[in-house]
Amino acid sequence: MSDFFTLTVLVGTLASGIRTAMPYLLAALGETVGQRSGVLNLGVDGVMLLGAFGGYYTVLQTENHWLGVLVGLAIGLGMGLVYALVTIVFHAEQGISGIGIFLFGLGFSDLLFQELVGTPRPIKPLPKVEIPLLADIPHLGPAFFQHNLLTYVAFALVPLTTWMLMKTTFGMNVRAVGENPQAADSLGVSVAQTRMGAILFGNTMAGLAGAGLSLQLAIFQHNLTNGLGFIAVALVYFGAWRPRWVLAGALLYGMVTATRLRWQSLDIIPRGASDVAAMAPAIITILALVLLASRVRGPAALTKPFSRH
Amino acid sequence: MTTSTPLLELRGITKRFPGVLANDDVSFDVRTGEVHALLGENGAGKSTLMKILFGLYQADEGQIMLRGEEATITSPTSAIEQRVGMVHQHFMLVPTLTVVENVALGLHDARKLRPDLDAVGARIREISEEYGLEVDPDIDVWKLSVGERQRVEIIKALYRDAELLVLDEPTAVLTPQEVDDLFVILRQLTAAGTGIVFISHKLHEVLALSDRITVLRNGRVTGRTVPAETDRQQLAEMMVGREVDLAPDRPIVETGPVRLSVSGLHVTGDRGTPAVVDVDLDVRGGEILGIAGVSGNGQRELAEAIAGLRQLDRGSISIDGADTTGVTPGMARAAGLSYVPEERMKDGAVGEFDVAENLLLVDHGDSRFIRNGLFDRDQIETHAARLVEEYAVKTPTLHTPTSSLSGGNIQKLIMARELDSDPLVILAAQPTRGVDIGAAEYIHRRLVEQRGEGVAVLVISEDLDEVFALSDRIAVMFDGAVVKIFDRADATRESVGLAMTGVV
Repeated sequence: MSDFFTLTVLVGTLASGIRTAMPYLLAALGETVGQRSGVLNLGVDGVMLLGAFGGYYTVLQTENHWLGVLVGLAIGLGMGLVYALVTIVFHAEQGISGIGIFLFGLGFSDLLFQELVGTPRPIKPLPKVEIPLLADIPHLGPAFFQHNLLTYVAFALVPLTTWMLMKTTFGMNVRAVGENPQAADSLGVSVAQTRMGAILFGNTMAGLAGAGLSLQLAIFQHNLTNGLGFIAVALVYFGAWRPRWVLAGALLYGMVTATRLRWQSLDIIPRGASDVAAMAPAIITILALVLLASRVRGPAALTKPFSRH
Repeated sequence: MTTSTPLLELRGITKRFPGVLANDDVSFDVRTGEVHALLGENGAGKSTLMKILFGLYQADEGQIMLRGEEATITSPTSAIEQRVGMVHQHFMLVPTLTVVENVALGLHDARKLRPDLDAVGARIREISEEYGLEVDPDIDVWKLSVGERQRVEIIKALYRDAELLVLDEPTAVLTPQEVDDLFVILRQLTAAGTGIVFISHKLHEVLALSDRITVLRNGRVTGRTVPAETDRQQLAEMMVGREVDLAPDRPIVETGPVRLSVSGLHVTGDRGTPAVVDVDLDVRGGEILGIAGVSGNGQRELAEAIAGLRQLDRGSISIDGADTTGVTPGMARAAGLSYVPEERMKDGAVGEFDVAENLLLVDHGDSRFIRNGLFDRDQIETHAARLVEEYAVKTPTLHTPTSSLSGGNIQKLIMARELDSDPLVILAAQPTRGVDIGAAEYIHRRLVEQRGEGVAVLVISEDLDEVFALSDRIAVMFDGAVVKIFDRADATRESVGLAMTGVV
């Protein structure tokens, strides 16, 4: 245990926790906006897998990370259009539609991987971007200011998402249609358009989260996300639909995961217990979810399709 | 515009739904500066007519004329653009948004990236001052009282320059004092030239406020009159289409022993805050105790505690001398309680069950209805047929799903089931809410009949007319407490109304 409490190891764990949190944060922020508009998307994990494969494959072929990120975004947007069509135009039940999207993403990303790649081949990982001056601060620099660009983007999106929800017209409409769509409709706010915007935002973020995951790990394999998208949905509840609390949840999850990996490599956790330890982040998050989040009421119209009559 | 041109004129509006003629050749007009009341029972076609005016439905036949010109209203937005405003019965507000945000929703100048909430707030303050519509623009709507929320709705319409304001059952949720405040505001609006459609089924309010009255029944206009030339009795008859008895005769009854006793009762509400605070009540056999109060002041929690549906924190309840503190609903019933719950489709009946099944809900374990361990269908049907007959439940068959009956008939069905068990205590919450006058009259008569048979009756109602028509004594609840108990003879609408605001 004393091996863990050395400055270098602690800083390394902290940095790794922040990195690990990135895809969770991106996906959960997107889902936060979707849910604030009244739409639950259980398909986040599937969209992430598709985005992860798309990003990975693009980088494998072109070695261009930004093209990979762009493909991830585009795949997310495309899946958003599908999900919007199913839930907004056809008023399908959201829970089941989302599971359908997940299963499609899981199966189709694997199919494409088998057909186009076959065996996992690593790609060049996302480059680190060292923030000038700040990165040179001892200990703090390596922990906070030597990450890849997507990690900075994810953290910057926290205040931006809050600003969008609380200060912009679109955000005001999102909050209105998630709470009382009839009221918004009676004032000429299009419930369908607003929810569609929120769904597209959410899915695009999920696609980005997927690409971020595969580019950061520099690999793709069957079911790369391993349920990460579902944890992201849980983090939205954990964060009581508020971006800064979602951030707290994503960080908690990332830190527990990073600590677990570090302890395993330092043999603090016995090898026989490593499978049990792998469950720790999920268990801790769910416990926190049960203890904290049940006290805050979610958007009143969550999962309820809207129609005028 | 000349004064002879009405602000709004509906000409020969007809609207058909599958199997129903909701509006049949209805004509109706509103002039600037007047209140025109649209009176009718639930299902008479008032709401349909106003939904057509607000662009939520399209009429099959007929014309809408606004300021003398034919208007096409295809959506709420186009209604707003043509300066028609509506205050819906169920407020169209987003509770988690602030007042300003609620008003700014959907505004044209809010189609920019960021809404100019400061400008909207400033204009709200102007409107508030001009018409006495006091409200803080920056507060979250969920923190507002019902009366304040209604003011926000009116502000929303005025902000959009409404010249014609439709108020759908605006007084249903208000205390008598709030109703008075609302009427003052509405008179100010008419003085400024606004035309108002006042939709209601409360006769004295219609008489007090309106310049003209149009009565609808079964989708048709059945009467046009002015307050000076009519009275409550006549209006009720236009609404129902036959003679009605607004207050049942209450013969003098010798009161018996205390059948229901509640003492020192404390109950926690759904939000974890105290909902019932130190309530003491005694109801004797042969007596109707009415509980008046604006809903949300602990009445529901009190009822549920008595019925065994909600845990109580402190205090005791007894039915006919037997302690029923903290018992199960089944034990409360066994002690002699019958319960007519406030939410009839949630707590009173199962919508998907048929009429016979719902009539059996309380007695399904009774050996009368069981043969060889299975339900005895013949017995069940005989029982159901008798109750349907005895309580005048209008249903096509005994196997009609209960949810397809009208509110009044569902309530009669529940009354039939509850009264058939020869209770010692009847607890009836909002027994005639949303029920047509005919059924309400019937239900009132049945409750008074039970009183005559020595049953202790506790009626919880938001409708002061109902409380006054039935009660021997009136208890007023405010903020979880019984603030005052009046003898019927000493109670006036004013004194009870004042107590409902906590002033005693």
